Amino acid sequence: MLLNQFLILAAALFALGIYGLLVRRNLVLILLSVELMLNAVNINLIAFESVLRSSLAVGQVFTIFVITVAAAEVGIGLAIVIMIFRNRRSANADDLSLMRW
Amino acid sequence: MTTFFVDTAGIMLVLPLVAFLMIMAVGKRMKLQGAEIAIGALAINTVWATVLFVMNMTEGVLARTTFEIARIGTVAGNEIVFELGWVVDGLSIMMFFLVNLVGLLVFIYAVGYMHGDVRVPWFFAAFSLFAGSMLILVGAPNLIQLIIGWEGVGLASYLLIGFYWEDLDNVRAGNKAFLVNKVADVGLILGAIIVALAVGSFDFQAINVAAVEHLEALSTVAVVGGLLLFLGAMGKSAQFPFHIWLPDAMAGPTPVSALMHAATMVTAGVYLMARTFPLYQSLAEEARPWMVAIGAITLFGMGLLALVADDIKKVLAYSTVSQLGYMMTAVAAGGYTAGMFHLYTHAFFKALLFLGAGAVIHAVHSNNMSDMGGLRKDLPVTYWTFLIGSLSLAGIIPLAGFWSKDEILATLGHEGYTAVMWIAIAGAFVTAFYMTRAVALTFHGTYKGHGHPHEAPRVMTVPLVLLAIPSAIAGFFSIPGVSLPGIGNFGEWLAVREVTMGDHHAEGIQWALAGSGIFAALAGIALGWMIFGKDRETQQARDGFEVPVLYPLLRNKYYMDDLAGGVVGGTMGPVAQFVNWTNTYVIDALVNAVALLTKGLGSFVYGTIDQRGVDGVVHGLSAATDGAGSALRKMQSGRVQQYAASFVGGVLALIIVFVFVT
Repeated sequence: MLLNQFLILAAALFALGIYGLLVRRNLVLILLSVELMLNAVNINLIAFESVLRSSLAVGQVFTIFVITVAAAEVGIGLAIVIMIFRNRRSANADDLSLMRW
Repeated sequence: MTTFFVDTAGIMLVLPLVAFLMIMAVGKRMKLQGAEIAIGALAINTVWATVLFVMNMTEGVLARTTFEIARIGTVAGNEIVFELGWVVDGLSIMMFFLVNLVGLLVFIYAVGYMHGDVRVPWFFAAFSLFAGSMLILVGAPNLIQLIIGWEGVGLASYLLIGFYWEDLDNVRAGNKAFLVNKVADVGLILGAIIVALAVGSFDFQAINVAAVEHLEALSTVAVVGGLLLFLGAMGKSAQFPFHIWLPDAMAGPTPVSALMHAATMVTAGVYLMARTFPLYQSLAEEARPWMVAIGAITLFGMGLLALVADDIKKVLAYSTVSQLGYMMTAVAAGGYTAGMFHLYTHAFFKALLFLGAGAVIHAVHSNNMSDMGGLRKDLPVTYWTFLIGSLSLAGIIPLAGFWSKDEILATLGHEGYTAVMWIAIAGAFVTAFYMTRAVALTFHGTYKGHGHPHEAPRVMTVPLVLLAIPSAIAGFFSIPGVSLPGIGNFGEWLAVREVTMGDHHAEGIQWALAGSGIFAALAGIALGWMIFGKDRETQQARDGFEVPVLYPLLRNKYYMDDLAGGVVGGTMGPVAQFVNWTNTYVIDALVNAVALLTKGLGSFVYGTIDQRGVDGVVHGLSAATDGAGSALRKMQSGRVQQYAASFVGGVLALIIVFVFVT
């Protein structure tokens, strides 16, 4: 059964994504890390779908949803990053601690 | 139509009080400063009073409307009820007519007199209260409402006498009037209670019916009760020795004096005697000689005082006291119609004389006749109207004063008070004497004041002329033995009461008596003209007849003021001091102790319970919230990745919990 390998791959990708999210300071790279985590989830969904084969193909449908949402999210996220960069001449997450008490 | 005015007669009692409140509220903003409201109220009242007066002439009006306010208690099987309402009968209609008509004319006059004066809205407000209180008094169906009106009149007179309160003397005069009246009011209230308890009702109708039927319970207390009521009447009607307040009451503005002397205040005592007349006529016969004596002393003794006064208003004030003596004597002697008829004619000519005096004072800016003289050319309207009033007061045929005075003389003669009758004739002589003096010193000779006097404006002279007419002709309504076709005569109008008054009506003119009266008046005028007709320079020369003992006695008003002051000061002084001591050291100490206790309790409640207890809880809560906020807000760093790390940490913790714990 070729499931565990996929799950290990997905877990590794997800861990990489979390790592990138927490340690990277560039906003674009943080967004890329988020994409990485989303795709890890997609791999998981497809892997389980190929094993369970539900009549409605739920795993594949959800994967399509996630891809759509990820595309939209990256679109908005990059737009915000561009606006921040234009205003502050920086895309460093550490410089953006304005929204606090 | 006819019953409409009878049924709604009560608005006459209410309108002036409404006017009082309205003037207080909006008087300042009005063009005539509230005078239009006061005049409007009295104008409406006058319409009602006139309709009632005419109705009473032709058919007689007798009605009463009462509203029960409270039940006071039960006395001898009778429940005593406190009622308010109004009585419409011959007597009250006469008074309604008088108060409203004279009041209206005086109000109109006051618009001119008070023009540019201080506190005009307040003047008209208090003036309305004055008239309204008197209407409540004369419309009263029972003694309680009468006392309410009585005290209202006293209050309003106090306010108006002390109207120019910037001057302490005026305030003192107001106080004096109020206090002298209060002393006499004790008699009124005691008398009212005694009579009411005997009859079982405060109602005049019940009292009068009981008197006519010689109710046993009433007849035992009638003399005491009657004399006590008379004591109250003596205060309001300024009978000797309570007359001392009235001359001082001249401190008020002249229109106030006019209204007070003509219709609203001093007549209240005579009115009370007339209202309870059956009590004296049927039961309290032993009281009547005393009352006649008081009246006789007043009418003669106070008339003499008018001879030496320099203030023209004081001359008229003493004249009023003297004329009130006539009224009181007449009513006390059994002349219900005679006394009330003199009240009726006197109201017109005394209001006229006061308003004329006001016009003179307005022109020369002084009350003293030593500043006047020769004004007949400058003030022709005032002069002629004043002359008509003076002649009427002196009792010259055929002016109003002659008929009423003649009726009093006839009554006194018929009732057997011959000596008093001669005193009254002598009083007529004195009356003519002092009025001649007043006219001569004011209008004849040469002018001694400053500036050039001018006739008063038309708003003041028109009321003078309107008052001069009834002063001249009002007497024809009561020619002895004559009943005018269709309307009867004054005695018949006045006899419309719930019980028969039982007073005597002369069949015709007693020419011997009338002749004596006229002779006395003419002699007074002649003597007065001989002494005062010639122009003299100094006050001393004008008074010209300084009789050694009599003159100082009169100038000092029989030392009555000093006597009253001495007696009251001597007896009341220690009492007042004792009361003051008690007040300071006993009552105040008690009050202070309570205050101290309350203060201590208050500071305990404030300091311990409120500040520490209640506020402590509130402050503690807020401090805890504040501290928690300070600690927790540090977690909001603004660093996105810190949040993400916390989030991941939380998820890991949850995974650990789910995988390893469950």
